[in-house]
Amino acid sequence: MNLLVTSSTDDSGFHAPSIGEFFPDAVLFAGTDFEINRIVLVRFLAVAVLILLFWLGTRKMKLVPGRFQSLIEMGLDLVRVNIGEDLLGRKDAKRFLPILTSIFFMVLFMNLTGIIPGLNIAGTAVIGVPLVLALVSYVTFIYAGIKKSPGKFFKNSLFPAGVPLPVYIIVTPIELISTFIIRPVTLALRLLMNMMVGHLLLVLFFAATQFFFFTAGGLWSLLGVGSLAFGLVFTLFELLVAVLQAYVFALLTAVYIQLAVAEEH
Amino acid sequence: MLHAVFTAATEEAAQNPLLPASYDIIWSAVCFLIVLVFFWKFGLPKMQVMLDQRAEAIEGNIAKADEAQRKAEAALEEYTAQLADARAEAGNIREAAREDGKKIVAEAKTSASTEAARITASAQAQIEAERQAAVVSLRSEVGTLAIDLASGVIGESLTDDAKASAIVDRFLADLEAAEKAAPSAGKK
Repeated sequence: MNLLVTSSTDDSGFHAPSIGEFFPDAVLFAGTDFEINRIVLVRFLAVAVLILLFWLGTRKMKLVPGRFQSLIEMGLDLVRVNIGEDLLGRKDAKRFLPILTSIFFMVLFMNLTGIIPGLNIAGTAVIGVPLVLALVSYVTFIYAGIKKSPGKFFKNSLFPAGVPLPVYIIVTPIELISTFIIRPVTLALRLLMNMMVGHLLLVLFFAATQFFFFTAGGLWSLLGVGSLAFGLVFTLFELLVAVLQAYVFALLTAVYIQLAVAEEH
Repeated sequence: MLHAVFTAATEEAAQNPLLPASYDIIWSAVCFLIVLVFFWKFGLPKMQVMLDQRAEAIEGNIAKADEAQRKAEAALEEYTAQLADARAEAGNIREAAREDGKKIVAEAKTSASTEAARITASAQAQIEAERQAAVVSLRSEVGTLAIDLASGVIGESLTDDAKASAIVDRFLADLEAAEKAAPSAGKK
């Protein structure tokens, strides 16, 4: 089965990428709440690889690290130091580190499946994972704020200091929407749309290459070279996007927590 | 091309990518929970333990190095002090030896001069005693000779000892007086 072109069984002609790519047929438990399709399997694989790598990397950590341990430490330190401690400080970073680390590496590994040949779909390109992670982030920063001081958290969130009294009529609804509705929605949609569009772009370029080389033929093959080159470039671009989106997701979660536990805005 | 995408999308029973299916949410949550529990209970604690041990090891090594440095400095100070002591002691010994030498030389000088004085004194005493003896024996012999001579001259034996010795004594006294007067006169 051609993984890139799934919308049609007809081999002649151009196959446009479609939204149906993100809803493949069920593999197991079709029609139940535990239906497993190809994308769910890809996610399981990503989680398995992630846990295997980090289990091997943290199983027997030495004071003087080898090459593999250095790599694992570098990854964990990116979240621990650059995201956690820089934004939250040592104490709070330690509290929220499991959540930040889990979010970062889960997003990263599921993003990377989008450019791995044979998988070719990001685990985050379907709403489930972005939505669950956005909810985790949402619940976490609200929990952090309420745990710190419920009154101060809602006051800082809804009634920012330094605003003349009548202006609160406008500011408070805006703050309410931006903090408690827009934040989780943008978290989820930013990741989802990046990965969906990335996938559609890659499918478009490679399907076009297939079409130019094998269906159109002749001089059209020259265009195929161009579309193949673009496909390769965008594959590299997707690598960047995969890392960047994981970083942004974890960073924003840390920022929201930081804003929630801050004394003043 | 966009048209193609949209027609393809509508053909697929209009699935909305923003509305999650229940299985999608469930499996995503399961994935996240697995990852979270792994990092929370295994990965991050291991990392933390290792980081603590590493910090401890580095601090321990620094403390050890400080201790060694401190000890080395103390030892050096001690050696320097000992060396200075030894030098001072050597100087003292040298000084004392010089003093002793001087004293010995001085003592030797003193004892030598005393000895010389003593020898001189005893020699003078002996000379004096011998002179005295010579004077006494000379006197008696000169007396006897003079008596014999006088006896022969006057033809009369001067057997009266008391008379004889008085004469001799007077003679000698006169002689001595003359002798004493002569050298002092001669010197003048």
